Amino acid sequence: MSVRSRVRSRPLSPHLQIYRLTIPMVMSIAHRLTGVALYLGTLVVTWWLIALASNANSYAVFQDFLGSWLGRIILFGYIWALFHHMLGGIRHLLWDIGLWIDLPAASRLAWATLIGSTGLTVAAWIAGQSLRAVLP
Amino acid sequence: MTGMRTPRHRARGLGAARSGTAHFWMQRVTAIANIPLTLLFLALLIALIGSDYGVARAYVANPFVAIILVLLVISGAFHMRIGMQVIIEDYIHSLPVKMICLAGNTLFSAMIGVVCIYGVLRVGLGS
Ligand code: HEM
Repeated sequence: MSVRSRVRSRPLSPHLQIYRLTIPMVMSIAHRLTGVALYLGTLVVTWWLIALASNANSYAVFQDFLGSWLGRIILFGYIWALFHHMLGGIRHLLWDIGLWIDLPAASRLAWATLIGSTGLTVAAWIAGQSLRAVLP
Repeated sequence: MTGMRTPRHRARGLGAARSGTAHFWMQRVTAIANIPLTLLFLALLIALIGSDYGVARAYVANPFVAIILVLLVISGAFHMRIGMQVIIEDYIHSLPVKMICLAGNTLFSAMIGVVCIYGVLRVGLGS
């Protein structure tokens, strides 16, 4: 074997596209994406607070937007991103102190993040809708 | 690793970013603070969905709610700035573009923080 071919056959770092996707990987990417979504979503929170501080008219404009289909999707997505990023963040904090960092535990935590955030979002949404009937 | 670092650089122990683990630690502290604050914020959101202007103002004017919101905005603004800085440093390698993005990130986070706090205080302290 020539020197050249021996150099050639050393393992290369694989490209991202040929990794088999695993649930901890996907949830890691989701944590970053939800972080970015929350970052941009602060603009909506800011709009809400400024409308609230201004007058009933600007608040109505804001509420019309949130009540539209696009607004509802954004609100639902924002609540989901918050829950998902929060659970994903707790996962990071657990790893920081050395807990559940082995592969099987990491996979279980990743599933828990996904299922937990989706369940909590649906619960929050239902709670929001049903409280409408009770609260002022 | 002996490497190319000068003895002075090693003695300071602050690494390539010259700020050591300060950002890492701040990200963790704000993450922990964000947990209860976010849960309270979500509770407020659930209570407020669809309620009218007067009711929404009354909620936010409540001192407990207003203080929670201000704390969340402060913790959140620091947290989102550091988080986005990590993302910028991961993907943007051209120095001038990176510097512009980092400055923009800091300005955006500071602006969001100040404007949100102004809004809460204006409602909370009466306008
Ligand atoms: C609800 C409670 C929250 C917790 C527990 C939390 C936790 C964390 C943690 C531990 C990290 C570091 C992840 C890592 O080292 O890779 C992180 C990153 C980040 N967080 Fe949060 N966070 C929370 C809320 C928020 C909010 C409200 C925002 C935005 C307004 C936000 C934006 C970000 C961003 C942009 C990153 C960087 C993501 C990355 O590097 O992949 N987080 N968060």
